[in-house]
Amino acid sequence: MLTRLGLPLGLLLLAALGALLVALGVGSAQISPAQIWAVVTGDGEQGDALARIMVLELRLPRALSAFAVGGLLAVAGALMQVLLRNPLADPYVLGLSGGASIGALAAMLAGLGGLAISSSAFGGALFSTFLVFGLAHGSGSWTPSRLLLTGVVVAAGWGAVITLMLALSPAERLPGMLYWLMGDLSYARTPWPPLLLLLATCVVLIPLGRSLNVLARGPQQAAALGVAVKPLEWCIYVAASLLTAAAVTTAGSIGFVGLVVPHMLRLLLGNDQRLILPACALAGGTLLVLADTLARTMIAPEQLPVGVITALLGVPTFLFLLYRSR
Amino acid sequence: MSVLSTHDLIIDVPGRESGTPLNITIQPGQRWGVLGPNGAGKTTLLHTLAGLHAPRSGEVRLDGQPMHQQHRRYIAQRLGLIFQDRQDGFPASVLETALIGRHPYLSAWQMEGAADYQRAEEALQRLDVAHLRDRLVSTLSGGERQRVAIATVLTQAPSVWLADEPTNHLDLHHQSSVMTLMAEQAASGHAVMMCLHDLNLAARWCDHVLLLYPNGEACWGTRDSMLVPSALEKLYRQRLTVVEVDGAPVFVPING
Repeated sequence: MLTRLGLPLGLLLLAALGALLVALGVGSAQISPAQIWAVVTGDGEQGDALARIMVLELRLPRALSAFAVGGLLAVAGALMQVLLRNPLADPYVLGLSGGASIGALAAMLAGLGGLAISSSAFGGALFSTFLVFGLAHGSGSWTPSRLLLTGVVVAAGWGAVITLMLALSPAERLPGMLYWLMGDLSYARTPWPPLLLLLATCVVLIPLGRSLNVLARGPQQAAALGVAVKPLEWCIYVAASLLTAAAVTTAGSIGFVGLVVPHMLRLLLGNDQRLILPACALAGGTLLVLADTLARTMIAPEQLPVGVITALLGVPTFLFLLYRSR
Repeated sequence: MSVLSTHDLIIDVPGRESGTPLNITIQPGQRWGVLGPNGAGKTTLLHTLAGLHAPRSGEVRLDGQPMHQQHRRYIAQRLGLIFQDRQDGFPASVLETALIGRHPYLSAWQMEGAADYQRAEEALQRLDVAHLRDRLVSTLSGGERQRVAIATVLTQAPSVWLADEPTNHLDLHHQSSVMTLMAEQAASGHAVMMCLHDLNLAARWCDHVLLLYPNGEACWGTRDSMLVPSALEKLYRQRLTVVEVDGAPVFVPING
């Protein structure tokens, strides 16, 4: 049992560390693993001041932010898929990122910067969450298909508003807005809030894992087996929304991670949420660290939006796994 | 051993005015059959008894305690429900599906242990689906899925069995084998209540019968007092003839 969970998670942890090492070493100036080691251990002789600044103050915070955001998005996606028992569910499909985008773009249009954009995005994401859930709930109880449909329609509405805002924006603000819409980690300041949130979520979710497995068999079956279904569903929905809002606030709207990473892992590792959720945190983080490293090095010194890279990497990998899976 | 009882229970069927208040006690060792035409509320009754559906009025008690005051996990340790139709959730193997029957007994941090696996394997064996243990449930036939669902409840090992059409999709051999399992459960001191479409299964395997009419009326009692042709003809609005096979009555629908 321990090897069944431990082996894949151990391998994913190694991959995550490898990805972080690559992210620290690669860039406008290459830094060798030996130098990184010297910087990290504080061995002053080998690590010169420039490498120190580059690793500790520029690349490490950004890489950790990327890891946290990727992990948050993947875990949120996995949770939504269990909640709706629908492989297409993803916080982005449910209109959350649309709400966040509206908030962020409005702040940008108003000429606000930094923290105001982040908090406006967070507010937009939460507003969209409650709008979708309130509408889907209606007077009766909500069903997965109704929640999904409401989310998709609300997301389409946000899409139209976003296009409208872009069309009305002055030209000099457009690049920043477009980058935000496609995800951009250069907005990330400190990696600690999302990283701690990711860690806390994983710790909280581990004891809920088996209940989630039972819930994935359907709510009635779960209730018959002693799961308090309604509170658990609320808890998943609120958690997934908060995770996504935190991710979007840190790095703008990065699509695809929440949809693709849980799927890939399910195809490879099966459907035990106790394994899938921590695996999502590690694999989602790894994917985004690598994608962000590519995004800032491919056409350096220019940067690409990281969302483009996640999609370009994710689509073929996903299609390949799906094609092979039977 | 647990006792399930209803106290002036009226089940909540949409569009129905009211009905006969049900005052039933299902004792350990009893085998109850619920009979009634389509839409009479058999499934709703079973779900209400399992605490999954709120009654319109009255209450269900498990071991004398009102069901709605009890913790779901605690209920699930004593009461198991075989669903009539099952929702296909995420893909899962046959063994994983049976194993979730242990969920009510495990604490949040606990993983399934060897004893849990053994129970699940034995249940699969008993239901004749052990050879399918690594197959995905979604790839099985209807009858095989039904047996896996029953194996899940057998793994759960409840002292009250509520079974909604347990013989659905099953061939004759497995029908008989599942009814034997229910009889064994009752013989070992568990209470069993089954919704059945087949009058003759009720006549052969049940000792108590509840008749549910589409207008909400109901009557219940021992099998011999309930399974009389005139009452059954009124229940199903179908003329019947009775023949006797091996000392048990067999009801056959006739035209006209």
